Amino acid sequence: MPILSIMILLPVVAALVVATLPGGEAERAGRARVVALATTLIELALGIWLWAAFDQTTAAFQFAEKRPLFAPYLDWSLGIDGIALMLIALSVFLMPLCILASWESVQKRVPEYMAAFLLMESLMIGTFAARDIFLFYLFFEGGLIPMFLIIGIWGGARRIYASYKFFLYTLLGSVLMLVAMLWMVGFAGSSDIGVLARTDFPKEAQVWLFLAFFASFAVKMPMWPVHTWLPDAHVEAPTAGSVILAGVLLKLGGYGFIRFSLPMFPDASAQLIWLVFGLSMVAVVYTSLVALVQHDMKKLIAYSSVAHMAFVTGGLFALNTQGIEGAMVMMLSHGLVSGALFLCVGVIYDRLHTREIGRYGGLADTMPRYALVLLFFTMASVGLPATSGFVAEFLVLLGLYQTSTWATFVLTTGIILGAGYMLWLYARVAYGKAAGDDTRAMPDLNAREIAILAPIVVATLWMGIYPKSFQQPMKPAIAEVVARLEGRELATVPTDMTLSPMKAEMALPALTSPAQAAESHH
Amino acid sequence: MHPIFASIAIAGPETVLTLGSLAALMLGTFTGGPRALTVTSLFSVAILALAGFTLMDAPAAATIAFDGLYVADAFSAFLKVIILVAAAASVLLAQPWLGASGGRFEYPVLMLLATLGMAIMVSANDLITLYVGLELAALPSYVLAAFHRADDRSAEAGLKYFVLGALASGILLYGVTLVYGFAGSTQLDVIAGLVAGQPERSLGLLVGIVFILSGLAFKVSAVPFHMWTPDVYEGAPTPVAAFFSAAPKAAALGLMARVLVVAFPGKVAPDWQQIILFIAIASMVLGAVAAVAQTNIKRLLAYSSIANIGFALVGLAPGTPDGISALLFYITVYVAMTLGSFLVVLQLRRPDGAPVETMADFAGLSKTRPGLALAMAVFMFSLAGIPPLLGFWPKFAVFQAAVAAGLLPLAIIGFIASVVAAFYYLRLIKIMYFDAPEVSLDSEGSAVNGGMIAACALFCSPLGMLAMSPLAVATTRAAAALFPA
Repeated sequence: MPILSIMILLPVVAALVVATLPGGEAERAGRARVVALATTLIELALGIWLWAAFDQTTAAFQFAEKRPLFAPYLDWSLGIDGIALMLIALSVFLMPLCILASWESVQKRVPEYMAAFLLMESLMIGTFAARDIFLFYLFFEGGLIPMFLIIGIWGGARRIYASYKFFLYTLLGSVLMLVAMLWMVGFAGSSDIGVLARTDFPKEAQVWLFLAFFASFAVKMPMWPVHTWLPDAHVEAPTAGSVILAGVLLKLGGYGFIRFSLPMFPDASAQLIWLVFGLSMVAVVYTSLVALVQHDMKKLIAYSSVAHMAFVTGGLFALNTQGIEGAMVMMLSHGLVSGALFLCVGVIYDRLHTREIGRYGGLADTMPRYALVLLFFTMASVGLPATSGFVAEFLVLLGLYQTSTWATFVLTTGIILGAGYMLWLYARVAYGKAAGDDTRAMPDLNAREIAILAPIVVATLWMGIYPKSFQQPMKPAIAEVVARLEGRELATVPTDMTLSPMKAEMALPALTSPAQAAESHH
Repeated sequence: MHPIFASIAIAGPETVLTLGSLAALMLGTFTGGPRALTVTSLFSVAILALAGFTLMDAPAAATIAFDGLYVADAFSAFLKVIILVAAAASVLLAQPWLGASGGRFEYPVLMLLATLGMAIMVSANDLITLYVGLELAALPSYVLAAFHRADDRSAEAGLKYFVLGALASGILLYGVTLVYGFAGSTQLDVIAGLVAGQPERSLGLLVGIVFILSGLAFKVSAVPFHMWTPDVYEGAPTPVAAFFSAAPKAAALGLMARVLVVAFPGKVAPDWQQIILFIAIASMVLGAVAAVAQTNIKRLLAYSSIANIGFALVGLAPGTPDGISALLFYITVYVAMTLGSFLVVLQLRRPDGAPVETMADFAGLSKTRPGLALAMAVFMFSLAGIPPLLGFWPKFAVFQAAVAAGLLPLAIIGFIASVVAAFYYLRLIKIMYFDAPEVSLDSEGSAVNGGMIAACALFCSPLGMLAMSPLAVATTRAAAALFPA
């Protein structure tokens, strides 16, 4: 059974159905919601089945399909390894929650809204499942269209500016990548990602190719200083749009790095770690400080996303198993936690129609259940042990410590700053006195909202307490990436604080003594 | 059998179009009255279909006719199919407008004559045939541009087009004489042999090539010979602008490819390649930048066509079979995109009956006319070259050919220009989808045009990607015809 094709095409079909539903305005809206929810639930079921049937012992692409539908330009070639599987699982998990979150808050042009989300789902799964590099590009770029419409039609006051910025920024990054792809396929004679990942490109060319891909992935990621589209897009997007943006779209950059940059340009990756580390270090400190001064809740979470994504890049370019695994867990964890935080903001935004932090306060008294959930996700974002955030940050720092202690040091300060802005946000929203009578009158979480948030709480705890379930499928694929990186000449970066060449000695104790590494974490 | 009869048989489409256009003129004159337009139009479409029918068993390899003046091969057959389809669509899409504005039957007849000229252009194997075809295509076009003769803007468009077109023809002819003088023949394949035999590069020949290219660049509206395009598109009646944007561009690009690849291969190729490189880059960049400030939808589409010609020329620059194949692919998709966009503009009417002119008229179209807005969005995203819409793939193909030939900077500049261009295509989508409607536009309600819009939109949608494989077979075969093994 071509399960991946079905998973990609089913939402498209559903989107067409939703867009062409008969009936009056209210009837169409009601039916559109039901069809969209049903489709995303079927997708979730398929995703679970995919996970269950997945062979966790091999790095080979599974569920492979290949049809020369579009020869000679590209093939309809699909297949997933563990990395893709986990990201697909994240997408199909968040999607029904997004539909539910928009159940009442979106009242304008509901069928079109649902259709755009279903298209989004199809394109995201396609991006992760594509095995042909041009098919990947097709899905990667295609996601711009529904997201542009979602921000532009259903967004807030400055939605048009935000939608343009989002579209043009990401498009500009991507076209450079496309030129690099054209060159690579010409060089390797195949557009299959598996073949390209085993091709040794000339070292000088690798640097240029790396930079071209970097231009695209850094924007998608987003890395400092090309992150500025993200806060604008987030603030103006509807709640569910923010969830998808933070939950899945931001993962495309990290996925691109691990799927393309690391295995295809290993020499360039090793040579350019200073660039990535430099940008990551700036991003963590700078965006954390920016997050501290935000008055808008969504903006604050958006800036915290940039900081978390810098952990991902730091972990990936540690170029070792712990770092890359940590980066992957960070992506999954961030997808859950920041998605949940945006949903939490959405909950109170639906009641008060403002995201101004100063307009809230005292929610721990008036909305106890809500305050509990918000506290949980605040802690997960900070990286409290037993939540997924802890596993992610710990692994990233563990891996990074072996490559660059300076980068580790700076990134660790990001955790402290992160605790600062998140806890302060929580204190201002949940404690103190309510800012007004309308704030005090807000009802607590209803059943639908609990149904949305509860699964994420469970998943976050699961990932925090028993991360092996999530790491195990990815291990073979990550081992393959690390094998490609082995023995590449690293750029000279200050690797330890004594500034003497003690790389090997520094690396080993961190591996053998978790207690010591845990210390460096706190 | 006298060779002339064999030649006439080889030139089947041209023969049908010649006789058909004369018959259409008679038919229109003798029918008279209000029915003349409908009868002549349907007859013209039938003639175009018949001409297409004669292409069914067109030879793949070059078949020379008229003592070397004319060549029929897979390349000309491919382009003729596009030209005939585009011309038939142009005749049909003008019906509501013609009916409303008096209904003169000369319109389809002029279309047929122009189509005949274009068919000759893509089959020209001699610089003289080239000129004859070009003029035969141009003269009816001047008349068509001024077809709304009571309207000042239309008359101005016709006059402007005529004056500049005549100048370009003059430049082209001068180039032809130079090439004849310095090479020794006007027949394309013979020129190639003679030039290859020359001991060193001849400067006179180079000047001749430059002049010929200038004349042709005018016809395809490539920068720096593009100035007429926005004015003529804006002034000419919309159906005529739709016609100008499609078939003549295909014919002139095909002609350009044939002249350069067949007559000037080998050691002179780098000379014309750098010219093509320049006009390709200039067209892409100017088409993208200048369109940003436009408010008139027809001017926007004019700049869009300039930019698109630039992208198509990227396929010509490497001078390889892959590049020519990509160029043909580009032309095919471009014709569908541009005809589709013009069809949507034509299909809309302001409440007071005036045709839609400014982009602001489209405000909120997604609420008032969701179907048309969706089709327009497909065309705009497709023109912007966003995957998975079909419009992305021809761009992809031409740049793939350019990168394979080592023209990396061209590809980079081109893609960046396409990002700038995306801005103004997005603007129309923003106006249609994000803005609130100001006036509720009426639909012309023509079922034929609606059907054509749907067909074009379906072709430009991701579903059209399924047509890529068969198209690639056809374009590869067509491109191979220009490169004798």
